[in-house]
Amino acid sequence: MYAEQKTHLLKALAKNVRYDGRKALEYRPITIEYGISGSAEGSARVKLGGTEVLAGVKMEIGKPYPDTPDQGNMMVNAELIPLSNPAFESGPPGEQATELARVVDRAIRESKAIDVKKLVILPGEKVWGVNIDIVTINDEGNLLDASCLAAMAALKNARLPKLNENNEIDYDAEPTKEKLPLSREPVEITIIKVGDKFFVDPLSDEEQVIEGRLTVAITEKGTICAMQKGGTAPFSVEEIDKMVEIAQTLAPSLRKAL
Amino acid sequence: MTYAKRFDGRGFDELRPMSAKVGIIPRADGSAMFKIGKTVALCAVYGPRDLHPKFMQNPETGILRVNYNMMPFSGHGERVRPGGGRRSKEISMVIQNALLPVLDLKEYPNSVVDIFVELPQTDAGTRCAAITAASMALADAGLEMKDMVCAVAAGRCEDKIIVDLNYLEDSHEDGADVPVAVLPNSGKVTLLQMDGEVTREQIKEIITKAKEACKKIYEVQKAALKEKFAR
Repeated sequence: MYAEQKTHLLKALAKNVRYDGRKALEYRPITIEYGISGSAEGSARVKLGGTEVLAGVKMEIGKPYPDTPDQGNMMVNAELIPLSNPAFESGPPGEQATELARVVDRAIRESKAIDVKKLVILPGEKVWGVNIDIVTINDEGNLLDASCLAAMAALKNARLPKLNENNEIDYDAEPTKEKLPLSREPVEITIIKVGDKFFVDPLSDEEQVIEGRLTVAITEKGTICAMQKGGTAPFSVEEIDKMVEIAQTLAPSLRKAL
Repeated sequence: MTYAKRFDGRGFDELRPMSAKVGIIPRADGSAMFKIGKTVALCAVYGPRDLHPKFMQNPETGILRVNYNMMPFSGHGERVRPGGGRRSKEISMVIQNALLPVLDLKEYPNSVVDIFVELPQTDAGTRCAAITAASMALADAGLEMKDMVCAVAAGRCEDKIIVDLNYLEDSHEDGADVPVAVLPNSGKVTLLQMDGEVTREQIKEIITKAKEACKKIYEVQKAALKEKFAR
């Protein structure tokens, strides 16, 4: 269906240029604004070129899971709302939103970005729950990488709410100055494969012709903490190795925006 | 009880600080942001575009569809579960009714104009902020409009009539909350809800004060639209 677009993109990529003049392995400019919602315990806006994503953190008090009585809980949810793209529909999260939320969740969970052992209020009884909600505002491509940045930025911005004497959240009190216990800083880089070419940070038009993609979450140590292959194109081991290398090379420049 | 001084120190007829911007969502056909105090409404308009499912199409006219939603982290207190409930359904409907009188969608049979309003941060007055933002977004989308629509909540707190209630005033037990939308040129009211308790004299005063306040909101809307289009 997008055969002409694909030919055009491949020709351009052969010369290492993109629709918007970028090189194949170049991200659009990233800006992050912290504290964009006073109703949230932490929040941030990420602009990746024309793509805009918000993330907010709401803290709650809950019971720990039976298998992890000494740990707080965390959850990532994403809403790809119809405000941000004419193709998105209202209703429960679809495949794309669910995948996005789960891939961002894995980067944060598996890297142990949040030190969940420090989120225990009463062992086995009461723990903090960290709810991270991602909401898209304007989709001009690469929501996934932007969302991971937004989630990490909102976590960094978060302050614990005040507790009353019964260890319940006092919503009328000012939040404390205490930050969330964060120990790691993963970022996600999605590498796109079209033909035999690789590129990153796709525009919406470029996303139409994606054959395969690999999202790689990279910690501040350069290790890999989550991966997700998307699309139907099969990858060779050499290609996967190349894509991981690209992710490792680009990760520090994304992390610098945080 | 006498409400001598407002919780945030404002005059009784004074609106919270406002700001507005048009064209904030490039993917949309029209968009706007309206901020009043700590309440922020983001609005996108898509359409007129094909309406699916097909059985909803009207061969006589295009239809307006509004979706009002609070972001999960936007509420005072607990996280708002996504997906919407009875409240957002009703608010979406009254917003739709408040805006429809200024539109003429007869030229767009079988089509829909979709309005999406999202709130990243709230401190009462969200449906009114939504209407004010949506009116700007409709104008930004280039849809023919008979008038703008401006909205604000007015009401009573103890013995005083006040405009633009914040969360503390809205949730005060001795009072009333009256969201009003006004067409600034004709002066007609297109949204009216109320909860609380007031006398007949008081409700008249409340609506009159809301209309006055809407004039100030109209100026903010015009300035935002001019900032984008009058160059």
